[in-house]
Amino acid sequence: MNLSTSNATALIRARGLTKTFGSRTAVDAINFDVRDGEFFGFLGPNGAGKTTTMRMIAGVSPRTAGTLEIFGSDPDKDGPRIRGQLGVVHQQETLDQELTVRENLLIFGRFFGIERKEIAERADQLLELFQLSDRAKDQVEPLSGGMKRRLSIARSLINAPRVLMLDEPTTGLDPQARHLLWDALQRLKRSGTTIVLTTHYMDEAEQLCDRLVVMDQAKIVAEGSPRQLIEEHASREVLELRFPEGTSRISKETLDGIGDRYERLAERVIIGCENGEAAHARALEHGLTPESWLVRRSSLEDVFLRLTGRSLDE
Amino acid sequence: MIASIAPRALSVFQRNVFVYRRQWLMIATGFFEPLFFLLGIGFGVGGVIGTLPYNGVEVPYAAFVAPALLASAAMNGAIFDSTFNVFYKLKYARVYDAILATPVSVGDLAVGELLWSNLRGVIYAVAFLAVMFAFGLVASPLALLTPFAVMFIGFAFGAAGFALTTHLRSWKDFDFIFIILTPLFLFSATFYPVEIYPGALRYVVELSPLTRGTHLIRSLCFGDLNLLMLADIGFLALIGVLGYRHAVSRLGKLLLK
Repeated sequence: MNLSTSNATALIRARGLTKTFGSRTAVDAINFDVRDGEFFGFLGPNGAGKTTTMRMIAGVSPRTAGTLEIFGSDPDKDGPRIRGQLGVVHQQETLDQELTVRENLLIFGRFFGIERKEIAERADQLLELFQLSDRAKDQVEPLSGGMKRRLSIARSLINAPRVLMLDEPTTGLDPQARHLLWDALQRLKRSGTTIVLTTHYMDEAEQLCDRLVVMDQAKIVAEGSPRQLIEEHASREVLELRFPEGTSRISKETLDGIGDRYERLAERVIIGCENGEAAHARALEHGLTPESWLVRRSSLEDVFLRLTGRSLDE
Repeated sequence: MIASIAPRALSVFQRNVFVYRRQWLMIATGFFEPLFFLLGIGFGVGGVIGTLPYNGVEVPYAAFVAPALLASAAMNGAIFDSTFNVFYKLKYARVYDAILATPVSVGDLAVGELLWSNLRGVIYAVAFLAVMFAFGLVASPLALLTPFAVMFIGFAFGAAGFALTTHLRSWKDFDFIFIILTPLFLFSATFYPVEIYPGALRYVVELSPLTRGTHLIRSLCFGDLNLLMLADIGFLALIGVLGYRHAVSRLGKLLLK
């Protein structure tokens, strides 16, 4: 990566960014740049350090070591000014249950010191944009999970932020609500908002992110566009063999040579290869008798598996 | 500095105005408690006692008790808000997590909340003052200054309550607050003169913030300006400042990890 060229347009820049809680290291000397206008992702399992990184960017968690610049300023020193240009959506719901849907937007605008009239206009636009106009006067509690999440995002946009930060935005949503949200985020990105997102969903990262870093155990283990990462760290296709009785009795010799590489999980063997059908034929020749099998294109899931030897949901 | 903090603190205050526009009945309930005490103790027990010597003059018992009830109404208003409501927003509703994602700082947050809890105390005080006028229990026009004087009571108890709340772990811990509040209310020269206490005990009671608040309000209601009132104000302000500083430091530890 050419640091000198990326500096010019980097809105967020971290070097050796570290956070420890007592003896536990939550974020371990990570480097990354978020560029103007891009959709940037932190992908990794729960506990990888994604949320802590987001909190440090938002200036609500002082870093232990390293440098961090947001819009060229240090969030530990210049927090209020930086937060004035950030939109933050927390992983857990933080909507104000004692206020109505519209009031949630209005009061949030006040926290940013925006003029009343301007807030009212923006609130109505955002409610429209996120399809919440007909619920404007309702209390927050009866809203569905998808609606609450849309309201959280609408609220975080009340200050027209330069960077929108989303921590696990679709966790707990049903598939339809997720797709609705993805569409809304794509529209936002097209309108010029830089978006930083954390997720442990591979498909979400693949769908949304221009560029992402893969985090595992407090460190960044890979970086690139989803396509780059797949090309670099995974083979073209994947053959999955399922063994409900477990995979521990299958010998290494049996698995060698079926594909380019393999990962042995508790009940599955994942084989990276050029051609899945051909690999399946070789597996049968090697005497394997899986209960079921499937062939698919490689995904970020396989990248993660390859880099860490674990699947994301383990 | 003040100019940049004030609007943010006011926005936190304003959030509570939004909430209570619909829940004004909740605020109204706090007005009835001192009224019931005035009727039951002030006039009920007062009917048996008759008068009481105050500054060498015999005064009706109800007129003696009423200023203390006004002071404790302000205390209760501020305490209720800075304990129950703050705990809910801090631990359950995550309202403060959302607020701190904006330019609002923990200092702004605490100032905004204390302004609100103080307003609540002032509302109760003004309402109760009107009741005192209606019953003819106000001896001096200086009583009109009580709404300003109760701000010191509201500040002291609001800030102390806020500081205490940052240490509570669950709703069960609220028992502690009642264990503190009930004796404070009963023994702080509320229903009888502080001179009744023997020896050293009197000086302990004199140091109760509610004793100081009651002394301040009672002096105003009887038009008895005295130097001790400055000590009352100084003592309440000191508790307020210490409580505020502790609350802000605790909020930082809890929310800005």
